[in-house]
Amino acid sequence: MPKLKLPKPPVPPLPKALSPRPRRPGGGPPETPLDTAKEAGTAIVGWVDERTSLSGPARWLMFRKVPRGTNWFYTLGSATMFAFLNQAVTGVFLAMYYDPSPTHAYESARFITNEAFLGEFVRGMHKWGSSVMVILVFLHMARTFFFGAYKYPRELNWIIGVVLLILTMTMSFTGYLLPFDQRSYWATIVGVNINGTGPLVGPYLSDFLRAGPEFGATTLSRFYAIHMLLVPGALAALIGAHLYLVTKLGTTAPPWLKAETDSELREEVA
Amino acid sequence: MAADRRQTKSKYTADRMIPGAFDGETVTRRRFMTLSAHGAGAIAASAFLLPAVGFAVGPIFEEHKLSWQDVGAENEFPDDTYVPKTITIVDAIGEAGKSTVYVRKRNAQVDTDKLPKSFEYEQYVAISTRCMHLGCPVRYVDAAQRFICPCHGGVYDFQGKVSGGPPVRPLDRFYTRTRNGRVQIGPRYSVNQELERFSPRDPGEALDGVGQYLYPSRPSVRKLSHGEP
Repeated sequence: MPKLKLPKPPVPPLPKALSPRPRRPGGGPPETPLDTAKEAGTAIVGWVDERTSLSGPARWLMFRKVPRGTNWFYTLGSATMFAFLNQAVTGVFLAMYYDPSPTHAYESARFITNEAFLGEFVRGMHKWGSSVMVILVFLHMARTFFFGAYKYPRELNWIIGVVLLILTMTMSFTGYLLPFDQRSYWATIVGVNINGTGPLVGPYLSDFLRAGPEFGATTLSRFYAIHMLLVPGALAALIGAHLYLVTKLGTTAPPWLKAETDSELREEVA
Repeated sequence: MAADRRQTKSKYTADRMIPGAFDGETVTRRRFMTLSAHGAGAIAASAFLLPAVGFAVGPIFEEHKLSWQDVGAENEFPDDTYVPKTITIVDAIGEAGKSTVYVRKRNAQVDTDKLPKSFEYEQYVAISTRCMHLGCPVRYVDAAQRFICPCHGGVYDFQGKVSGGPPVRPLDRFYTRTRNGRVQIGPRYSVNQELERFSPRDPGEALDGVGQYLYPSRPSVRKLSHGEP
């Protein structure tokens, strides 16, 4: 049988991305795959930005003018936020092993410390990080107070900061019970009873925290839910509002810098 | 009057020259649409918010069944010192649900408080170890005939009345009864400095003077009344 000579089917056109690039204007060498790889980042960002217009807000957030005299004290807020992020991330991973039931909580905490790989380290980061966060919150608050940075127009940011402080304290209080050893059990009994000493509403508040008149089967899971769901959500949202206002209003100059007089204005007077 | 001086507006949108108004219409369609959208949103939000809040708050109003627990034979308990016994306060949570209670026989020379109606035959005193400052566990020191709290230095006398430190009222007690020669421990109750009985309150809540009104009782946990034991 003689070989049948068929005409070659037409080659489909290459997709645009694979077709050879035209020569660059100016007669440089043609684009190599290395050049394409170098521009991949820009291309991806450009692709997202073309569809979201996010680069404007991102620039607005990140490239801000700061007053003269800005110093290391101004990093306390960021430090607090990093402490919060540390708590959030280590907390998520601790939750993978932790069991908030009165009969298993201590055992699961012991397992994290003694047996889980890097468990002692992650738990230590969470435990010591909580103290670090509280300390940083207060240092940040002191900086704001002594630099007068709470004054007009930043009062609302001070108020949000106070709510964040209270939420941080709530995190400390609810987190303290979770290891479920003698210290955390009795500290929680005392803490709940302190809440109960408030006149009129106190008895209802302590019953709400304990889920009943006695420290019972659901008290621990209640604290756990407050600690890892309720308060962190509120904290994250309020940190967002806090950062928005910082960006919107800018930071203050330290109080030891005098306001500069406009030099042109001085010449006019003279 | 100020109200009369204001120019009275017609309630009909047509009279107020609002474009597109229907005859007899009093609320513009735009305003009606806004209100109904907000209303629908509020109903949708409360459909999950109200049950969730109720779910979280519900345990405050839950009734708890009272139980009587056996702690020992009648002859185990002298009237001049306390015998510590373990009782279960909350079931099914292991050691965390247990508590110590100090039990002794009533001593006519010390216990001069009048027993309430239908409890005239109560022969045993059961004292809770919950410190009335902030709830730490007190222990009975026989040599001093005192209850002493390790946390903040609360001290109570032989009857559990405050003799020093920060506690605001005497130690809580439990109802007791005797069945077939065995002593049984019932529900908790709180007392004021005169050992009058009140429904159980949390530590730190005073019951003397105005305290009993500042710290209301729980709606779900009442003092035992006539005929209940």
